[in-house]
Amino acid sequence: MAYSDKVVDHYENPRNVGTLDKSCGSVGTGLVGAPECGDVMRLQIRVNPQTQVIEDAKFKTFGCGSAIASSSLATEWVKGRTVTEALTISNTDIVKELALPPVKIHCSVLAEDAIRAAIGDWKKKNGVAEEAHAEVAVAS
Amino acid sequence: MSLQNAIGHNGNGNGHNGAVPGTNSTGVVITHSTTPLPAGVHLPLYMDNHATTPLDPRVLEAMMPYLTGKFGNAASRNHQFGWEAEKAVEIAREQIARLIGASAKEIIFTSGATESDNLALKGIAEMYRERGNHIITQATEHKAILDTCKKLEKQGFRVTYLPVLADGLIDLDDLRRAIVTEGPEKTILVSIMFANNEIGVIQPIAEIGKLCHEKGVFFHTDAVQAVGKVPVDVQAMNIDVLSISAHKLYGPKGVGALYVRRRNPRVQITEQINGGGHERGMRSGTLNVPGIVGLGAACEICMSEMAAEAQRETELRDNLRAKLEAALDYVQVNGNMEHHLPGNLNMSFVYVEGESLLMGINDIAVSSGSACTSATLEPSYVLKALGLGDEIAHSSIRFGLGRFNTKAEVDYVADKIIEVVRKLRELSPLYEMVQEGIDLTKIEWAAH
Repeated sequence: MAYSDKVVDHYENPRNVGTLDKSCGSVGTGLVGAPECGDVMRLQIRVNPQTQVIEDAKFKTFGCGSAIASSSLATEWVKGRTVTEALTISNTDIVKELALPPVKIHCSVLAEDAIRAAIGDWKKKNGVAEEAHAEVAVAS
Repeated sequence: MSLQNAIGHNGNGNGHNGAVPGTNSTGVVITHSTTPLPAGVHLPLYMDNHATTPLDPRVLEAMMPYLTGKFGNAASRNHQFGWEAEKAVEIAREQIARLIGASAKEIIFTSGATESDNLALKGIAEMYRERGNHIITQATEHKAILDTCKKLEKQGFRVTYLPVLADGLIDLDDLRRAIVTEGPEKTILVSIMFANNEIGVIQPIAEIGKLCHEKGVFFHTDAVQAVGKVPVDVQAMNIDVLSISAHKLYGPKGVGALYVRRRNPRVQITEQINGGGHERGMRSGTLNVPGIVGLGAACEICMSEMAAEAQRETELRDNLRAKLEAALDYVQVNGNMEHHLPGNLNMSFVYVEGESLLMGINDIAVSSGSACTSATLEPSYVLKALGLGDEIAHSSIRFGLGRFNTKAEVDYVADKIIEVVRKLRELSPLYEMVQEGIDLTKIEWAAH
């Protein structure tokens, strides 16, 4: 399978790999996918309580190169945005940026799910009302 | 210390300088590597010998005259061009027969093992339909068998797919119970592969043959991965029909053979291709003389070198396994290692997804049972049949060592795999969770 240069770049040099303290109130954690499906993404955000700006984001992914690239890209894109802005990131943006082939579109869907799950977790912790469009696929 | 620059690798950094890696002449992306390339190892490196094997130069040498001056049709009975072609074909028939303990008249030439499997199953089913309509096979067969059985089911045959045990072998008691000896549902054929193409396990062929012989049921085996690698004897093992492919034993692609027993018992098969009555009516079509000569030469080389080569490959494989197991935790070998092909090693690197691993070692040709490498997004049905979780199948790599792999290559492959597995485990949330003592089976994963 041929990978786009951008997928290879994220695979070779993944951005923002790591772990934030999930017990911390300002951290939201999204864990999506399943080991038996061959894809698990964990995306974490640290949100400034005053501005609601995502100041840090980390990820770890079990999955193919496209899954790694999608989640790596997602961390880059959410950083510096408010949670409301971050919720506008859609999987089609990821597909376009990484030039994912049709067989890899599910990787981008999972990355979008991970963003929504992380934000949903943060909102739940901080008593922020869930908006209708921000339904999340929390893994547990 | 490294030849990386010489082979076009970006050797100027640690792989994290943000540069996009280059591509080789085929457009395949070559990723950065920190594993040094030993002397004598050239990239890309081939270690996928269950998929196909390179043509042995000695085989090509034997074939060359029949690709050039000796172009006659083996069925031309009235001139020298035909005679020399026919003579070459008959020598090849002898060479193949000798390797498997058959007689030359029992060898039918085909276009390859898929055709041989089709001819065996469909040919016997059609010929013996009056005798019974039941066929027995097993879950981890090659698709050439499974898809043919599906077709026969549509035509009204009943097919039993035996399960395999966790080590990949069938249970002989399951087979004994499945054989029907009377009535319209009588079993006419058992088809069990000799050695598996993914996990390399060798089925108890002699025991299966003995059982079939006692019950009066024909026994076919797809022996594509076994012939030329391990001893095969159709007499001692009571094999009635056997499929062979040339390109799995260092011969050319596009040619194979089917052994069809002529006595004790005599097996008849209904031809599936009509037109001219070649191969005693069982397989019409002008013979692929250069291919057949190549298959014969390949068999003769295997016959003389098998014992030493099997020992060499077994040592290399055990070395590879030992190096990987010493350096990495959470690895497991798939399939019974006692009854096993010399050159096969199927290992799961748990918590690392197979395709991402292949991406990191893309200058090495191996295979993965991961779903992501297939069009269907389904992981390997062979590994699933062992009862392994899908996540084990997603993490599996098949190493296929062959005649031309060296110790230096095995060492390089081991080092490279270790490097990439470690890197990907740094990225793996599952590996981190397991390190923290979290039981992954207790998590309610959202299926997607």
